[in-house]
Amino acid sequence: MSRARRKLPVAACSGIGKSLGAAAREAAYILAEDLRPDRTKVVALSLLVMGDEEARGEVAGGEAIAIDGCKLECAAKGLACSGSSKVHKVAVFDVIRRHRGLKPEGVCDLNEDGLSLARAAADEAAKLVDEIAAEDGHA
Amino acid sequence: MPDLSKKKVGLISCSGEELPEGTVTRRAVRKVLETLRPDDTVTLCLPLFLAGGEGERAFARFYPTIAVDGCDKRCAARATEAYSAPPAASIVVTDIAKECGCGAAGTARRLNECGLRLADRVAEKIAEETDRQLKTNPGAHAGKTARGAR
Repeated sequence: MSRARRKLPVAACSGIGKSLGAAAREAAYILAEDLRPDRTKVVALSLLVMGDEEARGEVAGGEAIAIDGCKLECAAKGLACSGSSKVHKVAVFDVIRRHRGLKPEGVCDLNEDGLSLARAAADEAAKLVDEIAAEDGHA
Repeated sequence: MPDLSKKKVGLISCSGEELPEGTVTRRAVRKVLETLRPDDTVTLCLPLFLAGGEGERAFARFYPTIAVDGCDKRCAARATEAYSAPPAASIVVTDIAKECGCGAAGTARRLNECGLRLADRVAEKIAEETDRQLKTNPGAHAGKTARGAR
């Protein structure tokens, strides 16, 4: 697979019950739309869960980024089950430990701390994207 | 592990990250859970069906569920049926958008005014369906406990 031709798929936790899941989802959008729009693309976790051929085609055989909200790591598992050769993980529940003081609240509408947490997680994901590109000689 | 001594309806949204309608499902389900029917509903996490969330799977076997999907691929409805039991009802956002003549809903990241109104309309539909489910065999399942409900 040539990573230069294919954008890195990014799957985020679809968690609807907790703010950390919402922060993971927002982080995926920040990464794919603001930070690394030329190198990454958000894929719907629900499509992967259901084995949608087109969605799996985006993932199978290549590296991918998972941004998860809790230790169950649904996004990472969804990518692995869809044939990703290597899943790079960003765990929002670990990111928040590195940013003590943030108190994310809300699900549909994250508060400012939630958005800050999402930006911090997206920054960590962007570093992973750069490392993958560097390994490939595309930095 | 919540003790669901009162019959509750499980809401499962597709949450599709690629389409604005996926975001509509999340917003609508949260509105029902937080505002319209807070005492009658719980949410279930769709990816947990795959990730081995036995509590999620068990809940849908014993309690009525409403699947809320953004598009006609109906991932939430199909996942519920595949991993647990057929949902009691299925709502598809694109169908409701056609019914109410809603325009483009914005982006998956940020809904516009049309998208927010559509989410409100979908939430009303979910609440109506919740009431319908609760009227069917009221009190059934009461006293059981289920894991995975939020």
